[in-house]
Amino acid sequence: MALHRELLRIRSSEETIAARYKDQEMRTPTHLGTGQEAVAVGVCQALRLDDVVFSHHRCHNHFLAKGGSVFQLASELYGRATGCSGGRGGSVHLTDRERGVVFTSAILGEASAVATGAALSFQMDGGDRVAVTFFGEGSMDEGAIYECLNYAAIKRLPVLYVCENNLYATETRLDVRQAPGSDLCERARSFRLTAERIDGNDIVAVLEASQRAVDQLRRGEGPVFLECMTYRWREHVGPYFDHELDRTYRSQQEVEEWIERCPIKRSGERLVQQGLATRAELDVWAEAIQAEVTTAFDQARQAPWPEVSTLFDFV
Amino acid sequence: MRTLTYAQALSEGLVQAMDRDPAIFVTGIAVDYPSGIFGTTVEAAQKFGPKRVFDSPAMENALTGICIGAAAMGKRPVMVHPRNDFMFLAFDQLINVAAKWSYMFNGRTGRMPLVVRAVIGKGWGQGATHSQSLQAPLAHFPGLSVVMPTFPEDAKGLTIAALQHDGPVIILEHRSLFGVTGPVSEDPTPTPIGKAKVVRSGRHVTIVATSFMAYEAVHAAEELARQGVEAEIIDLRSIRPLDEETILASVRKTGHLVVADTSWELCGVVSEVAALAAEKAFQYLKAPVKRIALANCPAPVSQKLEEVFYPKASTIARAALATLGYDPGNIGEIDRMDQFKGPY
Repeated sequence: MALHRELLRIRSSEETIAARYKDQEMRTPTHLGTGQEAVAVGVCQALRLDDVVFSHHRCHNHFLAKGGSVFQLASELYGRATGCSGGRGGSVHLTDRERGVVFTSAILGEASAVATGAALSFQMDGGDRVAVTFFGEGSMDEGAIYECLNYAAIKRLPVLYVCENNLYATETRLDVRQAPGSDLCERARSFRLTAERIDGNDIVAVLEASQRAVDQLRRGEGPVFLECMTYRWREHVGPYFDHELDRTYRSQQEVEEWIERCPIKRSGERLVQQGLATRAELDVWAEAIQAEVTTAFDQARQAPWPEVSTLFDFV
Repeated sequence: MRTLTYAQALSEGLVQAMDRDPAIFVTGIAVDYPSGIFGTTVEAAQKFGPKRVFDSPAMENALTGICIGAAAMGKRPVMVHPRNDFMFLAFDQLINVAAKWSYMFNGRTGRMPLVVRAVIGKGWGQGATHSQSLQAPLAHFPGLSVVMPTFPEDAKGLTIAALQHDGPVIILEHRSLFGVTGPVSEDPTPTPIGKAKVVRSGRHVTIVATSFMAYEAVHAAEELARQGVEAEIIDLRSIRPLDEETILASVRKTGHLVVADTSWELCGVVSEVAALAAEKAFQYLKAPVKRIALANCPAPVSQKLEEVFYPKASTIARAALATLGYDPGNIGEIDRMDQFKGPY
């Protein structure tokens, strides 16, 4: 049930952004993670507070799932001093060190290297902390990721590579980017990582795979690669559905099929089947969480701007 | 004070810093070889062992990110590039991550105590991609400190300072200086980052120079002195932050400025310093500023072409005479033979 609430909190936040983005008050290019929530929640539920996560341009899900606040996220998007990055970073540059969100980055593969370095530091210190890097399958088109996988395997670093395979890099299909039959898990295994492909829209499957992975990392048995099959519902960057803008790189039918496989719908159905909640209760939760999120966004919009005199702070 | 080579000074600075700070580790290609980055990591490798000095695959891009990640978690990584040119592969991490670490997150991601050492090659046919000098592109970006030690005392002092700094520091070391000797303090005394040094005082002409060109400038000044010209030599030491006041104070005094750097002219350090003088000391200038930089082409290999590609002590001396209105033809054969034969 806690997982389901987390999924709802993230969904409500992303959809609130989508609704308000058109007001032109959130002036920061934003990549919404609607539809991919189960990956973030399932992985982060397997982590401790002192474990660290790193993410990419579609990073709101991970920031929130690791414990980041909706108010700080909304403030960041509104460019306010109360933003998690003081209004300097924007949608793709989030941080919350106290909750283990180190940083997020819009350059593919970049944060994965930094995560690998965090794991190197953890290994040097002994202990059993782990580092997690979330990235899209588009990052598997970058050279940097292979340097990371190789290095982590050589040193047996406690790092979890979470590939969110949503089938598109911007608007470029897999067949433009991978030879027929190419398999991302096989690539990771060839570097001697443990690799597993899972249904990224199934919160329980993600959680169980993440727990297995994190256990392996804490035992010092080398890095793990998880390929989580999922799908983003909205456009690459911005609040619209592709069909609303007449884009044709993927069909409306394909999007609708994936919306049918909504991770939150599946999570809710499971709770009802198991008798842990009724449909009416799920609706009440969703409404209560939406109300909290709306309040947080309203407060963020009223929050103070950064002082102009702070322009050169922290250079 | 005892005398050390530049390479010994780099090594001593590193070892003393590592002795005091267990968070420091050293990595990069070849750092634990018996040759140890031209001798500069040998003692550290022997003394601190493979947990703190370790080799890596050739992966300049991700390894820079890995060092950044370790720094973010409290380590002080020293990443070493045996040549500057390989650092192009690390620019994403250096510029998009390290340089912005503090600013982009409003100081909330913590410190970024990353040190990158990179060696500049020169001569003996090292050619176009083993002899570049990246201070200008690196210093362009707010958030990075870029330093270039010329003399052994600063090779040690800037190493110590970089390893005490809370932000990313790039140390560009010149291969042609590794055998140069000079007095070096036994104490771990930091050279302040962002402070140029007047290495020779003079009243007729200011010569602002970096790295190996500052070393050449000292040689040029000796010849100029024989001709009655007192040159003031400023070793820039730090490219970012740039010590504007030391430069401007000298220009106000002499009214003549020659700038010499180990890289090219366009958008380069020589142009930056010339612009500074033009903007903030124009009324003191008695003649146009002279810029001395590499010939405007990639570095050639052939000895005959190399000879005309690199500026030398005589180039600086002639420029100083020219800006003072004297006949530059009076400079004799003052240039040292390039004795460099490797290792590379």
